[in-house]
Amino acid sequence: MGIRILKGGMLTTVQDLGRTGYQSQGFGVSGVMDVRSFRIANLLLDNPENEAVLEFTLIGPTLEFTATSIIAITGGDFQPTINGEPAPMYTAIYMKKGDILKFGSARTGTRGYVAFSGYLGIPVVMGSRCTNLKSRLGGFKGRKLEAGDYINFRIKRPYLPFFLSRTLDLDEFDQEEALLRVVMGPQEDHFSRQGIKTFLNSEYVVTSDFDRMGCRLDGPFIAPKETSDIISDGIAFGSIQVPSHGKPIILLADRQTTGGYAKIATVASVDIPKLVQRKTDHRIRFQAISVAEAQKLYMDEVKELDRMRKKIHQPCKEVLECRLAAKRLTRLFTT
Amino acid sequence: MQNIKIVAAGDSSLLIEFGSEINEEINRKITTIVQLMKDQQIEGVVDMIPAFCSLLINYDPRIISFEKMQKRMQALVKMDLKGGVQRRRVFEIPVCYGGQYGPDMETITAHSGLTEKEVIEIHSSRDYLIYMLGFLPGFCYLGGLDERIHTPRLANPRVKISAGSVGIGGSQTGIYPMDSPGGWQLMGMTPVRTYDPGRKKPILVEAGDYIRFIPIEEEEYLRIRELVERDEYQCIIHEGEM
Repeated sequence: MGIRILKGGMLTTVQDLGRTGYQSQGFGVSGVMDVRSFRIANLLLDNPENEAVLEFTLIGPTLEFTATSIIAITGGDFQPTINGEPAPMYTAIYMKKGDILKFGSARTGTRGYVAFSGYLGIPVVMGSRCTNLKSRLGGFKGRKLEAGDYINFRIKRPYLPFFLSRTLDLDEFDQEEALLRVVMGPQEDHFSRQGIKTFLNSEYVVTSDFDRMGCRLDGPFIAPKETSDIISDGIAFGSIQVPSHGKPIILLADRQTTGGYAKIATVASVDIPKLVQRKTDHRIRFQAISVAEAQKLYMDEVKELDRMRKKIHQPCKEVLECRLAAKRLTRLFTT
Repeated sequence: MQNIKIVAAGDSSLLIEFGSEINEEINRKITTIVQLMKDQQIEGVVDMIPAFCSLLINYDPRIISFEKMQKRMQALVKMDLKGGVQRRRVFEIPVCYGGQYGPDMETITAHSGLTEKEVIEIHSSRDYLIYMLGFLPGFCYLGGLDERIHTPRLANPRVKISAGSVGIGGSQTGIYPMDSPGGWQLMGMTPVRTYDPGRKKPILVEAGDYIRFIPIEEEEYLRIRELVERDEYQCIIHEGEM
C-alpha cells in the first residue's frame, strides 16, 4: 500500500540528504537541492531528519494514494490539489485511499517536496535512499519517476499527535533576485584583485544551464591571475567554480566529486535554497562573509527549525474555533 | 612539505592543500592522513575526498566548528610527519589486449612506432599508483604511464565505452568502471569488475593502492569472465609494507 505515479512530472526523484561516505570512490552525494524545504517537510510529520521524500522540478507529478497517509508539501508553489480541491502547503494533510494529489507547474520557486508519514518503501543503497541519476543508483531503480511506477509505504502511520497544530508559515519563493552570502576560497588567490571585486560587486543572471548538477550564471568576466585551471580537487555543495571563460558555475546536489577549475568561493549552506529555487533570468549577487558568520547562520537555522518543531507540538488554539477545526477534521471522517 | 594549507571551503567543508604538484610522496601522505582519520573517527566528519595533492573533508558544523576542525587537522598533519608504517596493496587486473578487445591498439602502435607486443609489455610492466578516484564511481586516476606510449585522446569521443575497457588518454591510463561516453584510446579489456553495485564492496580499490595489468589470452579472458558472472572470481591482491 502506497502511492502510484499517474504522471511523473518533469523530474521527480526520491531524495534524502544524500549518499555520503563514498565520495572518495567517485560516488557523488546527490540528495535534495533545497535542504531547508526538505527538513521542514519531514519535521511537519515527525519523520526522522533524513527520511526520503519526493523532489520535483518545474512541473510536479500526479500521485494516487492506495493507502491512508499523512503528507506535508513544502518548497515552491506547484499549485497542489487533492481530488481537484486546492491543498494547503506547510501543513500536515490527511490522505485517504483513492485520493489524487496533483501538482501543476511551479508558480513560484522551481523545486517542490512532499514527505510521507508512511515512509517511502525505497531500499537503502550504500547508506541512502537518494537517487543518483548519473550512476543510475539508489532511489526508484536509479531513475526519475514515470507514470505507472508504484512505491509502497514501509509502515502504517495514519495518526500524529497535535494534528491540527501541524501547520507553519509558508516560505516565500516569489523573489526574482537573491543575495547569496559566500565564504571566499578555497582558491580565491587564483583570481586577480579586480576579478574578486567584479565577483562581489556585479549582478549575475541565472542561465537556462541549470540542473541538479549545477547552475551557470552569466555576467561580468571574473579575471583569473593566470589561469583558472588547478590540479583536480574535491568539490563541496555550493562551490563556485570559475573556468577560464570567467563566468561562475555553482555546483549543486548532483555535482561531480572532483573538478579542475579554481573555486573562488562557496555559498553559505543556508543560502543554497535561495539559489536552487530561482528561475532563468533571475538575478544573483554575492556577499562575502567569514566562516564563523556562515556557521552562525547555519546554527541559527537549526534553532529556527527547533522552534518550528516545538510550535507544532503544542495544542492548537484553533480547536476552540469550531468552524475552522471542523473544516480540517472533515477530511479525517468523510469517506 | 612545509607549505600545507588548511582552508575553509564553505561552512561545512575544509580543504587541506599539500602544495600544487602531482607526485607520489605527497599523494602517499594524503593516503596516510585518510587512514589516520578513519582510525581516529573524528566526530562530525561526514565524508572525505582525497585528490592528487589535496584532501577535502566534509563535516557537520552542528557538531564541530571550523576553528576546532582546523586545529584537529593541524595536529594530525604534524603527527603524520613523524612517519609510520604504510601498507601497500597491489591489485592484479588481467587484460586481454588488442583485437576486438582493443580497437585502438593500431592507433597506439602507429603513434608510438612500437609493435603491439612492445606496447603491451610496456603497459603491463609497472605498478600504477591510484592517485585518486573520481569522474565516475570507481574511476581511478593512475600515475606513471611510460612516456613512450602516451597517445592523444580520440578527436571524436565514443558515445559508449563498455565497462572493463582499458585505455590511454594522453599521459594517463585507466579502466572504465561502467559503460560511459569517453575519448580514450582503447587497448584492451579486463573481465574483472572494478565497480559492481550489487557487490558488498562495490568498488575494489582505494586511493593509495596500486594496479598491475597482467596480459591474458582470450581463452583466459572468457574463463575469468564466467567466474566473475558467477561471482566466484577472487581478484589477486599482493599486500605488504612500503
